[in-house]
Amino acid sequence: MPDWLIIRTFWELTVTGLALGSIYALVALGYTLVYGVLRLINFAHSEIFMVGTFGALLASSQFLSIPLLEDGNYPYRTGMTLIIFLVFIMLIAMLFSGIGAVVLERVAYRPLRGNGDAFGAVVLAFLTAFIVSLVFVDQAKINVIIALLATTPISYAYLRFFKQGRKAPRLAFLISAIGASTAISEAVGVWSKHGRDQYQTPRLLEKKTLFTMFGTDVRIDYAIVIVGALLMMIALTLFVNKTRLGRGVRAVAQDAETSRILGVNVDLIIIVTFALGGVMAGGAAMLFTLVYDQTRFNIGFILGVKSFTAAVLGGIGNLKGALLGGLLLGLVENYGSAIFGGQWKDVIAFVVLLVVLMFRPTGLLGESLGKARV
Amino acid sequence: MKKSVLRVGASMLVLSLVGVACGGSDDSSADACEGNSKIAFFGALTGEAGNLGINIKKGLDLAVAQHNEANPDAQIDVEAYDSQGDPDQAPALADKAIADACVKGIVGPAFSGESAAVNAKFQEAGLPLITPSATNPDLSKNGWDVFHRALAGDDKQGPGAAARIVADGKTKVGVVDDNSEYGKGLADIVQTSLGDKAVELNSLDPEASDYSAVITAAKDAGVDAVFFGGYYAAAGKLAKQMADAGVTAQFYSGDGTLDVGFIEAAGPAAEGAILTCTCAPKDSNPEFLKAFQDANKGEDPATYAAEAYDAASVFLAAIKDGKTSRGDILSFINSYDAAGVTKQLNWDEAGEVTGSAVYAYEIKDGAIKGLGLIK
Repeated sequence: MPDWLIIRTFWELTVTGLALGSIYALVALGYTLVYGVLRLINFAHSEIFMVGTFGALLASSQFLSIPLLEDGNYPYRTGMTLIIFLVFIMLIAMLFSGIGAVVLERVAYRPLRGNGDAFGAVVLAFLTAFIVSLVFVDQAKINVIIALLATTPISYAYLRFFKQGRKAPRLAFLISAIGASTAISEAVGVWSKHGRDQYQTPRLLEKKTLFTMFGTDVRIDYAIVIVGALLMMIALTLFVNKTRLGRGVRAVAQDAETSRILGVNVDLIIIVTFALGGVMAGGAAMLFTLVYDQTRFNIGFILGVKSFTAAVLGGIGNLKGALLGGLLLGLVENYGSAIFGGQWKDVIAFVVLLVVLMFRPTGLLGESLGKARV
Repeated sequence: MKKSVLRVGASMLVLSLVGVACGGSDDSSADACEGNSKIAFFGALTGEAGNLGINIKKGLDLAVAQHNEANPDAQIDVEAYDSQGDPDQAPALADKAIADACVKGIVGPAFSGESAAVNAKFQEAGLPLITPSATNPDLSKNGWDVFHRALAGDDKQGPGAAARIVADGKTKVGVVDDNSEYGKGLADIVQTSLGDKAVELNSLDPEASDYSAVITAAKDAGVDAVFFGGYYAAAGKLAKQMADAGVTAQFYSGDGTLDVGFIEAAGPAAEGAILTCTCAPKDSNPEFLKAFQDANKGEDPATYAAEAYDAASVFLAAIKDGKTSRGDILSFINSYDAAGVTKQLNWDEAGEVTGSAVYAYEIKDGAIKGLGLIK
């Protein structure tokens, strides 16, 4: 066997690649679920992940008041305390991301679907009034008051001009998604306590070696990420395949109009879909902070692009495809950077995507959330 | 039909309002300066390496505050252009600075990448600049008359860092950079200076979160030291992940890492790291140290604050000397020769300052500690 870097370090690259790949896969599920149901690429999903990392940060540093360092060392916890804390942090992260995703749907997408007009008009009216008032007064509080006063007449006017029940063109959803993405990350960048700085999250789990495999130490945090991601994915698959709501998700994915006629509450199903994607992203966010101990307002950007790539690679709209695509992307990136050097990491990831799409335009496993057999 | 007319009308109304908004804020295009002269800060105040810019701004603020106190009739304002250290955002801000006739000089641009992106603009506009921090050696090779540097470049820092690494007895040094103008430039110089003791580990993406690929390569090569060319946020992540992966190699880096942000990001893994800088230690001038502490609630001046103070002092000296146009101020700087708080301030044709001291610093007990001059 030749003495190449990739061969010498194969198993180590595999472990770290699978860990990062698991996080890609969890985030990819959010893209895939929403695409499967709405045929919409939710580009703001990366920010839902970012919101989750901030949820995890708040949970550990504020709710549990754990400091970054205790006597110059990490604030390690052990035994049951550790498990309870980690579960609690994960639940809070999921809550943040889940609520974030539902709010996102309500604000950025539902008005465009043509049945959330009143709410959309109010939001739009407020924003219009706010922006116009900025021209005359430059004092945030006064602007908000002016905007609030002007909201009612303007939203009334909007409703008169743009009649209810009209669906926006597909492109509008995409623009709304990109706009929402920028708005969320910039809002955190501007308004959070340390703005655009990097935030550290307290490290509770001591990164010990769990076991040694093929001469490579497998660290406990990597093991938790891989196993945790797999468990969450199994739970999601069971939910979609075995529960009533899950059946609704599949039905709407197949044909929204027919499901509506047959009595499925399509709006509710869409909310559930976004919430599921958000919860998965929240889980991914917590696992991410477990390994990397840090977050930032724009942490979602690169990870979001990679996860979206993973979803497309596996076949967007396909839950198993997201898993396969995520893990594969994590591995390919690591192997590729061992062969060509670290700066080629992203090039390799996207070249693999291009090659796969050339031969399998619908991704490795095809689009299938809507198919009868998932 | 009627509806679409309404809609067109509404959009035109919105557009005209936007037009009013833009027109309203565009009052800086006047030719002559009305009001106080300004010295501008140009660099990152927020973003990945914002702390370094904040240090610079504090040095500038102190110099201007002292000037304003001594000269009540000739007040100077500080204008800040926050580029976030991003070469893509810098050009628009540079245009803004150039268009403001009150801006007489620039303390900055803070980083090498943004300097490469905008210095040609400043050259064209004849707006003099003194950077307290951009150390890429190529910056002074463009024939920019307006360019001055208040500290030695990386062509001095790189060999200094390499000398320190060799003096520490390291024989196999992994060299990695963040692919930025500054980081890659410095890492390449260090690598060249180390010769066959260097192992190239290539670049990493400072915005990425996972550096395991680079770390695996470092582990595989069996390095006893790692030199990182880049800024503190990425350096912190790298040092931390190295320690987590069980790499015991000594961590070295340059002036971009010389910030408490590195210690925050790396946690206990920062301990023992050795950083180099051509910037002066905080206690090299007791008078400046005291003035800075008094102005900043006892806080010590951090990386580049003293250099920024020096840079600002030169502009203030020019203005005090009665120079008002950018051209006069530029020729004043080019012939300037006086002692600053960090060194003798006197520039050669290329804009390089005389003196080439390289200092070493160590992270000890969670703080930056000076180790003195290298060599």
